[in-house]
Amino acid sequence: MLTKRIIPCLDVKDNRVVKGVNFLNLRDAGDPVELGARYSAEGADELVFLDITATLRSNKTIVDLVEKVAANVFIPFTVGGGITNADEIGLLLRSGADKCSINTAAVMNPQILAESAKRFGNQCVVLAIDAKRTPGKVGKWHVTVKAGSQPTDIDAVEWAIKAQDLGAGEILLTSMDADGTKEGYDIELTAAIADAVEIPVIASGGAGTLHSMVDVLEQGKASAVLAASIFHFNEYSIKDVKDYLAKHNIPVRPVE
Amino acid sequence: MIVVMDYGVGNVKSVTNAVKYIGCDVKVSCEPEDIAAADGIILPGVGACGYAMEAIGDLADTIRQIAASGKPLLGICLGYQLLFDENHEHGIHKCLGLISGKVIPIPPGLTIPHMGWNLVEFEDDMRLFEGLGKARYFPFAHSYYAEISDPLAKVAYTEYGVKISASVQKGNIYGCQFHPEKSGNDGLQILKNFENICKSKP
Repeated sequence: MLTKRIIPCLDVKDNRVVKGVNFLNLRDAGDPVELGARYSAEGADELVFLDITATLRSNKTIVDLVEKVAANVFIPFTVGGGITNADEIGLLLRSGADKCSINTAAVMNPQILAESAKRFGNQCVVLAIDAKRTPGKVGKWHVTVKAGSQPTDIDAVEWAIKAQDLGAGEILLTSMDADGTKEGYDIELTAAIADAVEIPVIASGGAGTLHSMVDVLEQGKASAVLAASIFHFNEYSIKDVKDYLAKHNIPVRPVE
Repeated sequence: MIVVMDYGVGNVKSVTNAVKYIGCDVKVSCEPEDIAAADGIILPGVGACGYAMEAIGDLADTIRQIAASGKPLLGICLGYQLLFDENHEHGIHKCLGLISGKVIPIPPGLTIPHMGWNLVEFEDDMRLFEGLGKARYFPFAHSYYAEISDPLAKVAYTEYGVKISASVQKGNIYGCQFHPEKSGNDGLQILKNFENICKSKP
């Protein structure tokens, strides 16, 4: 049986892992190479590396860092942050990434999804959506770009469907409203997107209690949960999370 | 020494990282002299079949010669799918034809791609899985799968709506739909087993 995935996320700035609240007020959370190796060894199902300064395309230092992290990570490894074209995805795949997440560039030029899927297969094209509740409208979220700093008038659900049709193989869905708050994932948002597409949805933003993970995997219909703070600051281990989910009848790959 | 063939559509780095990690000599190359000197060959690959077969070009004959020579060959992910006769992703593409079978879409109904860790059950005497018991979890990331019709092939399956072939063994030809280099400790064991297979060849 296919298991639900637990995915720690490294938000990287100036070669350090950082974590903020609602994308602001960053604090240091450790060394990406060390954390990556630790999560891989502790039974995480995948690892995500996001360059939050979005300089992957132009910055050799960060590509070198991706290589260093990848050298100690023996689980599927997704890299994103500032990717603008398919050639850059090729470079990152050659540096040790297995999948690449694209956000702003796909909004600006949706064809990047089609081209990347054609060249590398849709299983390595992850569309990242940073969604925010649209004020005054119930059950509506809009897409934001440039690390959440710029709202667009694009509806998040419609964008997810379009991206899937173009070739995205997975959606990394972050709730801007919930991110870093540790008050629980946005279940309504996650379910709205997961119901609209056939590709897997990774729920992100708001991990706090273990039960919020159960909720977003069951009611939110997510295929995977991403979390940062709870792992970086040692509130829970990967094993804690998996044991808890297993106890609540969520299929997980057991940690040995 | 194991040679990882780099034909431009692989996650070559991940494979070499893992092979190095288990303490095995590895070289990334497509040069005939390196291939001749190698104890075994890994054919990696990420992506779409049409693009990959185009990228492989004349190397297809080289790979067929490796297979015929008895040298151990391990196809991973797309490199695994290329071992079969044909692939139905974006049109029908002729592949290497080393094992009878065709690569077809996973039937609709479940979340596609098949993405995440799923339980793989091994047939007896599959050498890649030595020391791993009867079944283990491995990570998948694919929308097409190989329907294997070769009577000489041993196959390990996982369940995802239908029986999905996860790994194959036919003579000196081995393959995994999943990435052993991204499958935690069990995947590293598979690579070690492959190294042992390579070393045990005269």
